[in-house]
Amino acid sequence: MSDSATNSGHPGPGATAPPTTKPAQLWWKSTWFDIVQFVALGGLLVWLTGRGMAAMDYRWQWYRLPRAFYRVIDGELIWGPLIDGLLVTLEIAAWGMVLTLVIGLVTAVLRLSDSIAGRILAKVYLETIRNTPLLVQVSIFYFVLQPILGINNPLWTGILCLAFFEGSFASEIIRAGINSVSRGQWEASATVGLNRLQAYRYVVLPQAVPLMLPPLTGILVNLIKHSAILSFVAVFELTTEARNLIADTFLSFEVWFVVGGMYLVMTISLSSLVALLERRIRARG
Amino acid sequence: MTDHGQENAQRFADAGRPAIIRIEAVNKWFDDFHVLKDIDLTVGAGEKVVVCGPSGSGKSTLIRCINRLESHEQGLIEVDGIELTDDNKRISEIRSEVGMVFQQFNLFPHLTVLENCTLGPIRARGLSKTDARALAMEFLEKVRIPEQADKYPSQLSGGQQQRVAIARSLCMRPKIMLFDEPTSALDPEMINEVLDVMTELAESGMTMLCVTHEMGFARRVADTMVFMDHGEIVEMASPETFFSTPKSDRCKDFLEKILHH
Ligand SMILES: Nc1ncnc2c1ncn2[C@@H]1O[C@H](COP(=O)(O)OP(=O)(O)OP(=O)(O)O)[C@@H](O)[C@H]1O
Ligand SMILES: [Mg+2]
Repeated sequence: MSDSATNSGHPGPGATAPPTTKPAQLWWKSTWFDIVQFVALGGLLVWLTGRGMAAMDYRWQWYRLPRAFYRVIDGELIWGPLIDGLLVTLEIAAWGMVLTLVIGLVTAVLRLSDSIAGRILAKVYLETIRNTPLLVQVSIFYFVLQPILGINNPLWTGILCLAFFEGSFASEIIRAGINSVSRGQWEASATVGLNRLQAYRYVVLPQAVPLMLPPLTGILVNLIKHSAILSFVAVFELTTEARNLIADTFLSFEVWFVVGGMYLVMTISLSSLVALLERRIRARG
Repeated sequence: MTDHGQENAQRFADAGRPAIIRIEAVNKWFDDFHVLKDIDLTVGAGEKVVVCGPSGSGKSTLIRCINRLESHEQGLIEVDGIELTDDNKRISEIRSEVGMVFQQFNLFPHLTVLENCTLGPIRARGLSKTDARALAMEFLEKVRIPEQADKYPSQLSGGQQQRVAIARSLCMRPKIMLFDEPTSALDPEMINEVLDVMTELAESGMTMLCVTHEMGFARRVADTMVFMDHGEIVEMASPETFFSTPKSDRCKDFLEKILHH
């Protein structure tokens, strides 16, 4: 009984010594080395760009850029083309997101439904949209569907087209999310008297949505990025305004850099917002 | 009428109970697999039927046909005078009279215990929130976990979860309760707390159809024992007869195994 030296097979509390020291970190794996690398790489890029610019004899004229955002004429503030374009892009993004999610949800539910017609319809839509270039779809919407359906509004034609495009990808994510909820949840819903719609609303979607949020954010980010393609069909969104501005001013480097940055701010804010939302939901569950 | 048809008729003559579930000549296939073969079973109001049998014999499928979680291909199923067909209205009428408790509990993990219990009453029965809560608390007290009302299912033990599942079903005020191996997924020390609740429910006069291998519970509670094998009802008898003098060899073997495992 007193033989405690040989009882290594039964580690009592504190019998196994925890590692007292962390193994020394290798210097090339340290955060500091990462930062040094990053700065060095950044410096190299700036230097290379600068040299290229000098060789091209490009004259930076950043001072002309504020006019692209706003002007004050007779004490009155007038928004410049980049702000106008930004607002249109935000409008496309906002409506586009709502429609993308609605189309994605409806398609997913149709594919999971018992209705054969519904499933075929969904499948045809998905295959068509996914296997043709977006630019061709935009053209068809704009040059063919718009006159046929008598919509006289390139902005809404564009929003619809983008929503149908992104909605096809969203539907896959939504479908996978719905499928990840176990069959027992449907059955339990049925036994407490819920119909299919109520089961979706109160039982299945609340469990599926948190799983769908991260991949759906990717789709919504794509929506913002792909909205640039609408500059092809005379929607006055950010990219169109940028192109027109450059045609007028020849500030191509400045404008494209700034416009790129504006897209970046939009997409990254969206991702962070969703991440925040997700954390909220998790904290609640 | 088959043998069991006559047995059924005899039982009702004896007990003087009106039938609440009528299953006549029911057949069902999963693709080519004949999972239910000519099933005849009548359950009277207030009767407790315990169904047992080897794994894969079709017990779950049988009781899941009663509330249309599975559909039968042939024969008649009638619940409280309503014949079960493809008609959605009938299905939901029948479901509103039939509660079900699953082996895996199937609680709604995103809702609290209380919300699990009030969801059906509020959304399907149109009860007000206050009434639904009162109702839910009444049944949570019956299953002896009112103090867990605001917890989430994942915070409860298996036995507690299953009792919540029973309360959730009872909140729909069903006339019939179906149990599909309600204690099979539980640790041994939690089985009794669930069986006790089920016993009390039986004493309150509920019509119950239980698939279970808890033979002690069956002896105590059952009015009728049903033994299934290979999709057939092989034996149907009162617990006394069933346990003392099983007729078929298959049933003897099964009882042998289960009572002396
Ligand atoms: N959805 C399904 N599709 C195909 N076959 C199925 C399906 N559900 C059950 N089965 C098969 O039908 C047979 C009966 O299944 P059932 O679940 O009714 O048996 P059980 O008696 O409840 O068995 P256990 O004691 O294992 O729960 C089994 O062989 C099973 O594999
Ligand atoms: Mg089973």
